[in-house]
Amino acid sequence: MSFSDSRRSACHGLLTGLALAAGGTALPLSALAQFRVEISGVGATQIPVATGRFRDESRSPAALSAIVQADLERSGLFKVLDASADRLDETSRPALPDWRSKGADALLAGSVTPLADGRFDVRYHLWDVLKGKDQGGLSLVVPAADLRQAAHRIADDIYEKLTGDRGAFATRIAYVSKSGGKHHLLVADSDGEGAQSPLTSPQPIISPAWAPDGRQLAYVSFETGKPVVVVQDVSSGRRRVVAGFKGSNSAPAWSPDGRQLAVTLSRDGGSQLYLMGADGEGVKRLTQSGAIDTEAAWSPDGASIYFVSDRGGGPQIYRIAAGGGTPQRVTFNGAYNISPALSPDGKWMAYVSQVSGGYRVHLMDLASGAVKALTDTRDDESPSFAPNSRQIIYATRTQGREVLMTTTLDGRIKAHLATNVADVREPVWGPYLQPRR
Amino acid sequence: MQRHLTRFTPRFALMGAIAAAALLSACGSSVKLDENAGKPAPISDASIKSGQTDANANAGASSNVNQVVLTPKNDDALSGGLTRVIYFDFDSFVVKDEISAAIDGHAKRLTANKGKKVIVEGHTDERGGREYNLALGQKRAEAVQKSLTLLGVSADQVEAVSFGEERPAVTGASEEAWAKNRRAEIKDR
Repeated sequence: MSFSDSRRSACHGLLTGLALAAGGTALPLSALAQFRVEISGVGATQIPVATGRFRDESRSPAALSAIVQADLERSGLFKVLDASADRLDETSRPALPDWRSKGADALLAGSVTPLADGRFDVRYHLWDVLKGKDQGGLSLVVPAADLRQAAHRIADDIYEKLTGDRGAFATRIAYVSKSGGKHHLLVADSDGEGAQSPLTSPQPIISPAWAPDGRQLAYVSFETGKPVVVVQDVSSGRRRVVAGFKGSNSAPAWSPDGRQLAVTLSRDGGSQLYLMGADGEGVKRLTQSGAIDTEAAWSPDGASIYFVSDRGGGPQIYRIAAGGGTPQRVTFNGAYNISPALSPDGKWMAYVSQVSGGYRVHLMDLASGAVKALTDTRDDESPSFAPNSRQIIYATRTQGREVLMTTTLDGRIKAHLATNVADVREPVWGPYLQPRR
Repeated sequence: MQRHLTRFTPRFALMGAIAAAALLSACGSSVKLDENAGKPAPISDASIKSGQTDANANAGASSNVNQVVLTPKNDDALSGGLTRVIYFDFDSFVVKDEISAAIDGHAKRLTANKGKKVIVEGHTDERGGREYNLALGQKRAEAVQKSLTLLGVSADQVEAVSFGEERPAVTGASEEAWAKNRRAEIKDR
């Protein structure tokens, strides 16, 4: 019945996992890899949540409780207290005052039961220790392949019950890796695990963008010897070139309703913004400048498009009405501001700004225009918001390696996402997968 | 006057040596490679396979890589030794005077044969954003395209495209490496 800090809890999990693997249990790599998530920083106010391993978790191929714990910790809002020694499950009737005296504001416990048909019954229960209240739980029957997703859904449920905001753990990210001379487009869980590759190409792939329905990805492929914009259905693999005009075609951005794509084309000379239907039809020029206009990003209401232009000399971020008009400059600090991303709640813009030689993710409060740097690294790229607007994923370089990171919007909690390949880049956070209850 | 002087700088002597080496190495290559150089590969299931990483699955696609790596040097050798790589200064899109002889040569080659087409690929060094660099590379490619069309080459004969920072000539984070990557390449189609 002892508490330990979260790090010790993770180590305990790792040792258990290794012991299982050594004992001959077929534990998939992903279960072990989960523990490579490195979380740094201290949150301003973190809710202490007591939890332990789910009952019979070792009989399932996924380290469910560790996935839930890592999700909660990455959000920056929770501190996990290890309650493994208490061997609780969702049917327990814990004495909540006892847990309160141990410093827990919430307590959760669960179980995994293998079913005869090969699926798993995953259950969990949450208690609000402070309020002395039963918060209910979830019961999910899933095939082995969806166990990780079940853990993320449990984390989402806990997040919403304890913070009042919708969780975004049961979502997917897309990113690009280069290994062995090949370029891979990858789709993974929001924690970087369970990666699958919808595309492998001998040529570079950049700028993946999720369709709002989470089923298609637009990206730039160089497979024809020049950049063209391709839209691919993730589950079927069906793909089509939606922009393959003369010159370069790049920087696809889906309108929030999924009907249009903003792209950068050079077909009329220079790099300019165009709008087209998601099928590539009805191309219409949006900007008219002798400068570079690129990296379109839609506002969540679909009314305006943020983009990068060097019309004033160096690259700065501007905003233009989606129907056209005179662009307004948005960034004024620094000489190099690129890669705008708008938060789905419409309050924030993340972007990359060059500061004393380094490229760092910055956050602008759109209402006030106030700006702050979220990192102290030097090679940040491609910021993208979680669908609940509470976290940002981005690429950077640490110790000579390209890595994916998440940060909270206050910059306090950062997590280095586990990926199995050396060079990873171009992350983009996908939409919610489950419809709102 | 300035132009004559630059021809005798050590850098130019080095470039000559590189060109000569490229000529020699190209002699051993089959002509077939050059026929395929710069031609876009069609998008098909054969060239790109989903969800597979083994070499066998990408057998059709791996030839693409060979084209890309070998094209510039082979092209130099097989088109009368005209340099096909044009270097740019940092943050610059100006086609330097010292390259004008090569631009003239390509312009003559293209005006003499109106059926001949080239693709100009713009490239940048690794610093900065990928999409912004793609646009900067496009600017370099279009500067070379403009140099050619000003000399009478038809706009239909030259397509300017960009690879941004995605296909560096050399790897490394030094000024020397970056200088070699800030370039445009003229490739026959």
